[in-house]
Amino acid sequence: MSDQTSTPQRARPLSPHIQIYRWTLTMMLSILHRATGVALYAGTILLAWWLLAAATGPEAYAQVQAVSSAWYGRLVLFGYSWALLHHMFGGLRHFIWDTGRGFDLAHVELIARVTAIAPIILTVLVWVLAYAYMGAF
Amino acid sequence: MSNMRTPLSRARGLGSAQKGTEHFWLQRVTALANIPLTLFLVGALVVHAGADHATMVAFLGNPLVGVVMLLLIISAIYHMRLGLQVVIEDYIHGEASKLLAIVANNFFSLTVGVACSLAVLKLVIG
Repeated sequence: MSDQTSTPQRARPLSPHIQIYRWTLTMMLSILHRATGVALYAGTILLAWWLLAAATGPEAYAQVQAVSSAWYGRLVLFGYSWALLHHMFGGLRHFIWDTGRGFDLAHVELIARVTAIAPIILTVLVWVLAYAYMGAF
Repeated sequence: MSNMRTPLSRARGLGSAQKGTEHFWLQRVTALANIPLTLFLVGALVVHAGADHATMVAFLGNPLVGVVMLLLIISAIYHMRLGLQVVIEDYIHGEASKLLAIVANNFFSLTVGVACSLAVLKLVIG
């Protein structure tokens, strides 16, 4: 559009980046939705490993069990289950918005709080149940 | 409307790929499908926490479980492929590197999808 030859080059104004703004819950959740999505993406390698090991045989499956029962394996699986539930609640939040509802500030804040807290509670519940099935209690 | 474009513009083929709505829609359809499918997987993993190989093979070898697992793999992998493409398009601006990243995303998604599906098929069919 503009004629580059007639106007001298000068620095164009840039919009401020995220560090300039005060942190809000909605902003954090938006970033977390994307971050958990990328983490879940990478973690599908673990799903493939688990399924392939089960299909391969007891020795291969024992390797999966050794890693998944180690403290670092448990930590990754705990994080993965939280990421899954968090991303799911983030998706439900978007489904509400897709219907054109929940855009007023009060509802945005309420939905944001539920999206932040519910997955944490559910993740703990999932792991309490998992340990119960393992006979920990 | 297509004759509004100059021949050079048409030859370059830049601009909308006419896939935006389809991308958005399939993102939401797979998201909806992922809810019951992943809840099934989480539930199955919780119930089988600490189970040995023989128990897991018997469970995953059940054809009904196999159906759900295959649907989960298809829906989740397709969903993540769409999702990461948006992330790539948001952050990678060079045409060549963006194209390479999108192709790599497709390769990764297809590889993981085929690997998971093959494992499930072997567990069901034997």
